[in-house]
Amino acid sequence: METVWFVLVAAMMTAYVVLDGFDLGVGALYKVLGRSEEDRAVLRQAIGPVWDANEVWLLAAGGTLYFAFPALYAASFSGFYLPLMMVLWLLIGRGLGLELRGHIPDPLGRQACDTIFMVSSIVLAVVLGAALGNVVRGVPLDADGYFFLPLWTDFRPGPAPGVLDWYTVLCGVVALVALCTHGAHYLVLRTSGDLNLRARRLARNGGRVLAGLLAVNLAASLSVRPGLLDNFRAHPVGLVIPALVAGALVAMELGVRAGRERAAFAASCVFLIATLAGAAFALYPTLLPSSAEPARALTVHGAAADGYGLNAALGWWIAGIVLVAATFRYLYGQFRGKVAAGVADSDGH
Amino acid sequence: MDSALAVHRLHFAFTVTFHYLFPQLTMGLAPVIVACKVLAGWKKDETYNQAARLLGRVFAVSFVFGVVTGIPMEFQFGTNWARFSRFAGGIIGQTLAMEGVFAFFLESSFLGLFLFGEKRLSRRAHLGAAIAVAAGSWLSGYFIVATDAWMQHPVGYTRLPGGGVRLDSLSALVFNRWAFWQYVHTMGGAAVTGAFATAALGAYYKLRGQHERVAGVLVRVGVVAAALAGIWQMFPSGDGQGQQIARHQPATLAAMEGLFTTPPAGAPLLLVGQPNVDEGRIDNAIEVPRMLSFLTYKRWDAQVQGLDAFAPDARPDNIALLYYSYHVMVGLGTILIAIAGIALLLLLRRRLLVNRPVLWALLLAAPLPYIANTAGWMTAEIGRQPWLVYGLMRTAEGTSHRVSAGNALFSLLGFMGLYSLLLIVFVLLTARVIAQGPAPAHADAGVGVAPQSGAS
Repeated sequence: METVWFVLVAAMMTAYVVLDGFDLGVGALYKVLGRSEEDRAVLRQAIGPVWDANEVWLLAAGGTLYFAFPALYAASFSGFYLPLMMVLWLLIGRGLGLELRGHIPDPLGRQACDTIFMVSSIVLAVVLGAALGNVVRGVPLDADGYFFLPLWTDFRPGPAPGVLDWYTVLCGVVALVALCTHGAHYLVLRTSGDLNLRARRLARNGGRVLAGLLAVNLAASLSVRPGLLDNFRAHPVGLVIPALVAGALVAMELGVRAGRERAAFAASCVFLIATLAGAAFALYPTLLPSSAEPARALTVHGAAADGYGLNAALGWWIAGIVLVAATFRYLYGQFRGKVAAGVADSDGH
Repeated sequence: MDSALAVHRLHFAFTVTFHYLFPQLTMGLAPVIVACKVLAGWKKDETYNQAARLLGRVFAVSFVFGVVTGIPMEFQFGTNWARFSRFAGGIIGQTLAMEGVFAFFLESSFLGLFLFGEKRLSRRAHLGAAIAVAAGSWLSGYFIVATDAWMQHPVGYTRLPGGGVRLDSLSALVFNRWAFWQYVHTMGGAAVTGAFATAALGAYYKLRGQHERVAGVLVRVGVVAAALAGIWQMFPSGDGQGQQIARHQPATLAAMEGLFTTPPAGAPLLLVGQPNVDEGRIDNAIEVPRMLSFLTYKRWDAQVQGLDAFAPDARPDNIALLYYSYHVMVGLGTILIAIAGIALLLLLRRRLLVNRPVLWALLLAAPLPYIANTAGWMTAEIGRQPWLVYGLMRTAEGTSHRVSAGNALFSLLGFMGLYSLLLIVFVLLTARVIAQGPAPAHADAGVGVAPQSGAS
């Protein structure tokens, strides 16, 4: 049952990255692609109705992680205290920058909103990648299963690392490029005209850079955690995951080139899903590796809640996710297709 | 008190108090808006629709602030209360995750449809989206209250030999009797905030001689709602909540009521007075004899235990603040019921809209429900002390022991700075919505402010 919840929590986090990932990507590209006021309005319109629902995946995944693996939730949230507090401020900034813009009549206030929105999105994307990097690298867990990481120490992923070291920063950069590329693919799907052409160019270039960065990142990950591929050696069926990653990268490139926008965006989703699935597959059954004493690592068995709660939760969880899926289908059904160009903010400013 | 413990407590108290300023208005306004929409259809009067749209714009601003300030709450269980999370996460994580899966998705998905979907949806579907947002926010309130209720009155668990707890009954957790009373009392409090905000907005326009027709609708709907919600807070919801405290947290009841010593027979109800905790008495007390016994046990001579009946480490650790929180809540509640009652009497005699003093009272009363709701939550949470989970885990045992006081203070100061800024922006934006007033009917911009809607 622990393994079931490991898969479910990982799936919810992946859903968050795939869905809010394009919101963050669009936010990071906001002033790059949105050169004119009209373009920016289209970008806001493309994610405006859905970003909040997408962000809820983070909260729902967090809540699920909380009851399924309370020891992991307790250790990681208190151990990553400082970066998480900053994530909270960034999430507040991203949401308000986007939502309040239309309520503010003053042009300076709108510029402030634009910048807060873009900067928060960029930093959030980097932090998400760095967070995954921290999990792969491991943290200095105590005998009682807790730790506390400073923001940085000597920037080396040794036994006493900080949240930021060269490896996790690299992961953050990879995440930023991956989510910008994902956001560009989403915009290819949702925009037309000149904006669409620029988004296409960005999506293609992003995909190529991503392929290179991913190879570098894999090598770096192996140097930081040599045993990372053990699960793939023991269960070669897992090799289908890297094959999917590579295939998705190729499909992204071909899809954009052939003008098959939906297929290209789907490939970008598959790319993110497969990459995260690969990380989860490599880590299992470890949830949080220990950087100093390997035996202290938190595993699915050691960190899970009691069996009754996990069994009972499966019932309401499945019912809830079916409802969520239906809601998302309806929501995205209402807002599909190209955003009309030349839209203005409704309250006339 | 250990300084890290003090900072962690203040961290949660500050962020949750600030957060709850927004949902109490949105949860309270939601039924008022729906009532205006229903009345518009029933009376065939477009003025009610204009009032609903104006309230919808007030609602939308508060809603955004409620969403963004709500995110830190779930995180803080892990960041600042790690040992508590490890102890109880398998239980309270269930209701928190249910909130995410059942309430937040409903709320956020339909908010997108509500704000952006005016042009894409039919009128019925758009109203449906509004109702879904409201239902999501009321559902979200239930799961949060159920979470708090388990900390106030833990049920459906077994203690484990290793020191943890194990969930035994999901239905006991979700249908905790404490949660029922706390929920109806909390939502009643939100309804009071929404009702008085509505009446105050109408009184403001009326006193200024603006938007006369919409102002009349707002005052009428607001006053009726305020009277209903005010009575509901006193009875049955306040009474029911009080019964739970008397039964399960008797030391809390004694401290709330300022009852330092157990009276021989028939405990008095203290109306005013200052608790002198060192000397164990109330200074300048004005009491109603035997009333507390009657209110609590429905018998004039029933015995109510005073604080002296409990060991010092079983008493709430801030008796004075708990006493004041409770008396501020009850005192303001009484004032609000009086204002709503007078206004309702005048309304029934069709004299309210020309009575400037009472309109002024309605206008000035607008902040009072916020204070009363905050004081009510303070009563609940300070009253639970020194326990984090009543009878199971002390507050001092639940913090993140690896997060130092300095690191916790860093983020607390950060939140204080950020939230000060947010409050200024919120006040400016809400003032702008109020200054703009109701939109003329023909513009039909919909209930919500659509920041980036397709209207060109």
